[in-house]
Amino acid sequence: MSELLRCENLTKKYANTTALNGINLTLESGKIVGLLGPNGSGKTTLIKLINGLLTPTEGTILINGKTPGVETKREVAYLPDNSYLNSWMTVKQIIDYFKDFYEDFREDVAYTMLNKLGITPDVKLKTLSKGNKEKVCLILVMSRNAKLYVLDEPIAGVDPAARDYVISTIINNYNPEATVLISTHLISDIEEVLDEAIFIQNGDILLQKTIDEIREENGKSVDALFREVFRW
Amino acid sequence: MEWTLDKIKPLCPQICEQVCLQIALGEFKPGEKMFSVRETALNAGVNPNTVQKAFEKLEQDGILYSVRGSGWFVCEDITNAKETLDNLVYKKTEDYFTSLNALGMDNNAVKNYVKEWDNE
Repeated sequence: MSELLRCENLTKKYANTTALNGINLTLESGKIVGLLGPNGSGKTTLIKLINGLLTPTEGTILINGKTPGVETKREVAYLPDNSYLNSWMTVKQIIDYFKDFYEDFREDVAYTMLNKLGITPDVKLKTLSKGNKEKVCLILVMSRNAKLYVLDEPIAGVDPAARDYVISTIINNYNPEATVLISTHLISDIEEVLDEAIFIQNGDILLQKTIDEIREENGKSVDALFREVFRW
Repeated sequence: MEWTLDKIKPLCPQICEQVCLQIALGEFKPGEKMFSVRETALNAGVNPNTVQKAFEKLEQDGILYSVRGSGWFVCEDITNAKETLDNLVYKKTEDYFTSLNALGMDNNAVKNYVKEWDNE
């Protein structure tokens, strides 16, 4: 297990609001980690900092020892919370696009997963249902041989059966060298799959513990603890 | 056997217990190869690291053993796995009596009731 992500005193301010308030955070390889917090807690800001889409106001963020940039994008596979793909493209065109773009893209893995779903490569993205479109996006991301997978709300828009699909895709692609960071507020669906949970609120990290530690210490599920901590 | 995991209890001990039950009930025979860590994780819907930890614990308890490069196997002596089953049966019986005691039935009344129920 080696250190994959390190944040020190990481701060992000927008005008006069503080989105991240000097957080310290370390993630090791070989873990599936849940980034859990209510809307507006700082989840997406942290994810955008990891992906180099924002720059910190203060503090440092290092991925495998490097500041987010061109180099780290080779190692980070990112699933944004909304689709960025051109809907007129066919699935095959998008796969070719990813193959051109990312050296680590495993075309065979992508086609195997699509085949299992019964999605044919020549179908246009815009003709797919919302759930299938999200699954295609997840397949594209998980088909990369990355070090850090960052999934922003991968299960928010899909039905419970599709959630099971997403979860088994994550388990199936588990790799001891890599880490998967999943942001979500739908905890009960996913907590069994996590090694660790990070609770984030108003830009502060409230807790970072393993699922079994949380269950043992509190005698309740992570979901129940979340509801208690974030009760309004 | 279906995987049933309690949401409020730590996962690793629950995986250990269920694997013991699968062995005690003959789903995996002594000497037989277990499902891989990843397959077990998928079947149970849990993290592969949790299954790995559970299998390692079961190795310490002399229930499973690992062979480098080929996976996990059931030990020839499955006494410990059977003991887990016995303990669970004992616990469930105890829980049943306790819950009916709370409904105002003493142990003899419960036993009579069980006999009657079985005759129907």
